[in-house]
Amino acid sequence: MPLINKSARAMIAGVVSNKRVGQYHQLLLNIGDLAERCKPGNFVAIKVGGPDSKMILRRAFAISRISTTGATGGNMELIIAPFGQGSSWLCSQEEGAQIDLIAPLGSAFGIPTEPVQVLLIGGGYGSAPLFGLAQVLYDRGCRVDMLLGASTASKIYAPMEGKRAVNSLRIYTEDGTMGQLGKVTDPIGELIKDLNVGVIYSCGPMGMLSAISSILEGTDVIHQCSVEESMACGIGICMTCVLPVHNPDGSISMLRSCIDGPVMDGATVAWSLVGKNLAASK
Amino acid sequence: MSAIDFSTTIGNSWFPAPTFTASGCASSGRELAQFFALKDIGGVVTKSVMTKARLGRPTPRMAETPSGMLNSIGLQGPGIDAFLEKDVPYLLEQRARVIVSIAGETIEEYSTLARKIRSVPGISAVEVNISCPNLENRGLVFACDPDASRRVIDGVRRTLGGELPIIAKLSPDVTDLVSISRGVIDAGADALALINTVLGMVIDLDTGRPHLAGKTGGLSGPAIRPIAVRAIYQVHQALPKIPIIGMGGVATGKDALEMIYAGASGVAIGTANFSNPTSIISIQNELKDLLSAKSFNSLRAAIGYAHRSDNNENNEDDENNG
Repeated sequence: MPLINKSARAMIAGVVSNKRVGQYHQLLLNIGDLAERCKPGNFVAIKVGGPDSKMILRRAFAISRISTTGATGGNMELIIAPFGQGSSWLCSQEEGAQIDLIAPLGSAFGIPTEPVQVLLIGGGYGSAPLFGLAQVLYDRGCRVDMLLGASTASKIYAPMEGKRAVNSLRIYTEDGTMGQLGKVTDPIGELIKDLNVGVIYSCGPMGMLSAISSILEGTDVIHQCSVEESMACGIGICMTCVLPVHNPDGSISMLRSCIDGPVMDGATVAWSLVGKNLAASK
Repeated sequence: MSAIDFSTTIGNSWFPAPTFTASGCASSGRELAQFFALKDIGGVVTKSVMTKARLGRPTPRMAETPSGMLNSIGLQGPGIDAFLEKDVPYLLEQRARVIVSIAGETIEEYSTLARKIRSVPGISAVEVNISCPNLENRGLVFACDPDASRRVIDGVRRTLGGELPIIAKLSPDVTDLVSISRGVIDAGADALALINTVLGMVIDLDTGRPHLAGKTGGLSGPAIRPIAVRAIYQVHQALPKIPIIGMGGVATGKDALEMIYAGASGVAIGTANFSNPTSIISIQNELKDLLSAKSFNSLRAAIGYAHRSDNNENNEDDENNG
């Protein structure tokens, strides 16, 4: 059995910068040589609220980008939506604040061994980890196209500097305030044929991931999706973040999205069974 | 300062430290082994296992609450055969001391589990988690029914024989915890695990329905610590010779010492593992330092310290200063 989270380490990281980007915050944390262990798709678990907080659980955030070349060693970039109490606390942390984190956790996006056509699909701030991934894929010689969607313009996260590795970027908003009016899933069926897409990488709300998986049914496009289930621990011990996944023999397993994910094969996730009572089927 | 004796005993099993993982909060140990050596703690109490593999309940299974959390997992697990084949050998290979926690839906299921465990060498103790619905009695939780609690432990004791210590894990959601404790001890339990989670509920105001798929969940974390301390204190007062593993929101060495003072012979760390995978190591270091700072020369001397009478206070102090 492989080691679980063998690269993970707990550390105190300093906030290098904290900038507001639309509805989100871009947080840069100095993590030293831990940066070398982080891969696109991995996540970080952060303690929130300070030492006397009544919030006892860490918050999980996708690692957006990593740089290993900063003056102080490696930095980790996170894109955070200050929607909950814990994420709001983190967004209020200023330069120099000390953050208690564990990283890198979970599975990473698989990178093709050969240059292939890939399509990256992000929903809301789920786009954040896709820009770091885009660079890795671009360096591998892949042609990278990207679709981003959100309900409204201010929820689109698409940094200028992130676009270098992307061949084309299309934006969809449900209210038409940015890009095209519609859903990010609308053009997928056509695009995978026109571009001869080999792999789709997706990150965003579960409904979007599920919809992409349905569109891909019957195709041989590989779908690597980064799933999201609320988790208490992030390291595989609490069993709260499980998702129903099809086994090769037709049975279902409840896999932990923290250690068997967050990156999972979209074709194996039993999307229609998420949140359903499976006790009778066993 | 001379090293203090940090060891503890549960029945006839000896543990070098009084610190355990709480069942259900360390999976089967493998996941935490990436953060510390499992042999460095008192023992690993594994996630309660049943006879058959179980998928557990749907999500959402978790809700954070002030200084605590609710969970409703539904005993997802591999089943006893796969567990004994894969997980126990791994733990023994790590030289961890292993306490296997079992759970059943019938009195017979507990005995079946005990029979399978009996043939496996190297296990230090069996924890019998009786906070499960009894299918033969309208789903009433065993631990809330004094008679069913006794019968489960009696069945496990008969099947196991006299060697392996039995720890009965009890629920605080009862009217008279002392009488249930007495019942399971009379039926053959050597020790008690106090407390299991406290039943709770969170309602989602957006959907207007209970947040958890299982509707109710077990409350854990520092929010329930005073309930645990009270339970340990009351049971130790009534049954001073019975070892208790205290649990319920232990997150620091001070929390652990509070339970030891209340009458616990050891503590188990559960929810704190979720926020800090090495918390059990810090807790045992802090506990050791605290015992030294308070001039105890052994853990044993501090067990039940909160129960001492005013008359022998001076004697105890003399002894502890020695």
